[in-house]
Amino acid sequence: MENTQVGKTEISRWKPIIEDWKHTLYLWRRTKLAMVGTFIVIGFLIMALLAPVLAPYDPVKVDLANRLKPPSRQFLFGTDQFGRDILSRVLYGARIEVWIIFLVTVISGTIGTAVGIVAGYFGGWIDEVLMRITDVFLAFPRLILAMALSAVLGRGLTNAIIAISLVEWTVIARLARAEAMRVKSQPFVEAAKAVGASDLRILLFHILPMCVSPILVQLTMRMGTIILTAAGLGFLGLGAQPPTPEWGAIVSDGRSYLINHWWISTFPGLFIALVVLGFNLLGDGIRDILDPRLRR
Amino acid sequence: MAALLKVEGLKKYFEIRKSLFSRPIYVKAVNDVSFEIQKGSIFAVVGESGSGKSTLGRTVIKLIEPTSGKILYDGHDITQIEKKDFLEFRRRMQIVQQDPYNSLHPRKLVKDIVGEGLKIHFKMRSDEIYVRIKEILELVGMREEHMFRYPHEFSGGQRQRIAIARALVLRPEFLVLDEPTSALDVSVQARVLTLLKELREKFGLTYMFITHNLAVVDHMATHVAVMYLGKIMEMGSKEDIFERAAHPYTKALLDSIPSFGTGRRIRSIPRGEIPNPANPPSGCVFHTRCTQAVEMCKVEEPKLVEVSPGHFCRCHFCG
Amino acid sequence: MRGSLLNVENLRVVFYTYRGVIKALNGVRLWLNEEERLAVVGETGCGKSVTALSIMRLIEPPGEITTGKVEFLGQDLLSLSEEEMEKVRGKSISMIFQEPVAALNPVFKVGFQIAEAIAHSQNISIKDAYQLVPEALTMVGLDWKRTMNLYAHELSGGMAQRVMIAMALAVKPKLLIADEPTSALDVTIQAQILELLDDLVKVSKNAVIFITHDLAVASEFCDRVAVMYAGNVVEVAKSDEIFAHPLHPYTVGLIDSIPLVGQRKELKGIPGVVPDLVDPPSGCRFHPRCQRAFGRCKVELPDLIEVSENHFVACHLYAAGDRNGSVAES
Repeated sequence: MENTQVGKTEISRWKPIIEDWKHTLYLWRRTKLAMVGTFIVIGFLIMALLAPVLAPYDPVKVDLANRLKPPSRQFLFGTDQFGRDILSRVLYGARIEVWIIFLVTVISGTIGTAVGIVAGYFGGWIDEVLMRITDVFLAFPRLILAMALSAVLGRGLTNAIIAISLVEWTVIARLARAEAMRVKSQPFVEAAKAVGASDLRILLFHILPMCVSPILVQLTMRMGTIILTAAGLGFLGLGAQPPTPEWGAIVSDGRSYLINHWWISTFPGLFIALVVLGFNLLGDGIRDILDPRLRR
Repeated sequence: MAALLKVEGLKKYFEIRKSLFSRPIYVKAVNDVSFEIQKGSIFAVVGESGSGKSTLGRTVIKLIEPTSGKILYDGHDITQIEKKDFLEFRRRMQIVQQDPYNSLHPRKLVKDIVGEGLKIHFKMRSDEIYVRIKEILELVGMREEHMFRYPHEFSGGQRQRIAIARALVLRPEFLVLDEPTSALDVSVQARVLTLLKELREKFGLTYMFITHNLAVVDHMATHVAVMYLGKIMEMGSKEDIFERAAHPYTKALLDSIPSFGTGRRIRSIPRGEIPNPANPPSGCVFHTRCTQAVEMCKVEEPKLVEVSPGHFCRCHFCG
Repeated sequence: MRGSLLNVENLRVVFYTYRGVIKALNGVRLWLNEEERLAVVGETGCGKSVTALSIMRLIEPPGEITTGKVEFLGQDLLSLSEEEMEKVRGKSISMIFQEPVAALNPVFKVGFQIAEAIAHSQNISIKDAYQLVPEALTMVGLDWKRTMNLYAHELSGGMAQRVMIAMALAVKPKLLIADEPTSALDVTIQAQILELLDDLVKVSKNAVIFITHDLAVASEFCDRVAVMYAGNVVEVAKSDEIFAHPLHPYTVGLIDSIPLVGQRKELKGIPGVVPDLVDPPSGCRFHPRCQRAFGRCKVELPDLIEVSENHFVACHLYAAGDRNGSVAES
């Protein structure tokens, strides 16, 4: 008797979750642009994962004999002024971009969410203090602030990641605060309080789950911007340092050769554009799928 | 019968500022309210919008901190109790809210919604919790398999049953029912009201029933308090209110209810609008709408006087 | 049975949604005489508001009127062009809504909106129409000098409903459709509005379709009541008759559910839930919740038939002219 009951529980426990995933898949398949975005992003991730297998050459090895070769069968995207294969550099560059996106998203997402929901839930002076701090960050143009921060911290990829994170978290904090304020006035939060839930419990189990999906969507949509900012810093020489094949840095490398040797800057530039587009489409798609009006 | 809840001089003021520099305005949502709720009774609080009835219901179980006044629950003044000792009173006093569509967390399974309080208050194994949730759901007319569904899969009436289960699973003694059926259709309302009556008998519960619907009050209550702009205007047993109403506002409310089969009838309806609670009238707060008001009513505020044992009225002319 | 003012026949309305097609109205039939007041009563999702909007031809996509006739003074409104319909709306038929504050335009003053409605209905200039605004506002018990210059958000719910009534009646319509006009108001204000509406309609002598979920309000205000359930009219009778002798099991259940002051009775309620109209029950849509349902109910949709004088019911329990409901028992 006891066993059958537990068994039944196990089945019915997973059923709604499976149903939910099936439904998500169905909605995803209905939104064509989200599918396109998904494929671009998956392609990007595969590039990063399989870079050592896919790349025909070493991305940093100098080969002066093959300097500034145009795209050909031997070098699909051509070579740069040191004879390095652009295709290989772009492929390895994807690994660096993924690394930047991952770290920036985790750092800025965590800080932003924590600051935002605490400010939104408690309100009052806590809200005032936290929001004035975010305002200080928001008062500067984003790229300028990232540049200034990475200039202060010193050149290099790690410092660039820290700088971008410090710029990005404010966006998430604002969003998380607005969501937390909206959610906290819902009757189900009062109901949780009525059964004796502490502030911490309400924040973690009631407010946070309701904020996660808009924050995830926002983070996904910001991923495009993060790549752009990273590339911008790389282009200005503040981010990844040569010979690291970061896309922005490659574009920057090719700019003095742009007129006669267009391929150096163009291919990494195209990849930046494509991946940014992919993340934006995916972000929009996730937002549509999570929209409760589409659900059931 | 002993008083389970005794409220003395309870006030709840909300501060409103139009801008940072303007002088704050105080909305006296609950303005010096005193009453007793006997163990096992159903104490109805009736009023129109702006009467402060919902605020009162939330303040007596300290979901809202009172501005001043005493709340004696089972002899303990819960306004003075320390936070860690208050948790036990939280469990004993529960609430069922008005809107069943937003009172259940949309991303949680029914078992987690109902079981949350158990995890907070009792050290129970998960299989014990499971059995408890199942029992309570069956008690409110739901089935075991409903535990693994989300709130949006249920109708309004079923959701309200889940909300009732969430409150009852903690084995409370006192329940604030804040317009529990006003969002429901009448055929569903009837079944929820019947359920609430059955549960009260089964567990010896005490209810504070907040509503705007006098017909529901007549059906449910043992005692009634009529509120208007933050004040109790009349209070007494159900019979005092429905058969021997003394206050002009109570009479007007009773007269405003549409009824069956009587056709169009002559009635005395209070004139004018309900005043803004942020700027209540001087003297008797009802004087602007009262058909019997005289000069004195505009100046002097009447006291809540006992016109017969247990029957209180706040009017210069109800003595 | 036909009415002299309005005849709605076999009205079907669907809404296309991602979940499927919602069959909101399933062959609605209503009739109304001049100067008559008809209440359309039902619970959430029964189609009472959709019926009102269909008569006004205000069903917007994804909704669609698929079949049916709305005959108003001998003219089928569903066959009119949009321009011709514009002339009917706000001239011959006007409407008031549940949320009066939302129904008023937030950017214009109240006086202008009333003047505009009058100008449209009487083909006069706005300037001339302005002369008639004070009278319209005084008629509904408002201080016209003050109210004319207010915006919608400055009005309380009761005042806004008075303004709506002023606007709706100023055009001297043949038919007033009131969609839950008092449901959002406090009881004392509701009583005021009902009394006002009663007085005004007695003078203006227009017909009224009063949509409400509150049977008591319907019985006090109207001559005749039509009860709707899940897209069908299930019972039509005179107000006092329907409350004294309800026939359809749904009407009986509904009346047994209503708490009344000074009446000790057990509230029974109706078991089950309102059906999903994407996939409505076969036959009589009430049969899954009906305690007296029998074989035929699952298969065949009952017609609205006259079982006694002026008392119509759509239920297989009652054959024409038989109001004892003996069919099931035999």
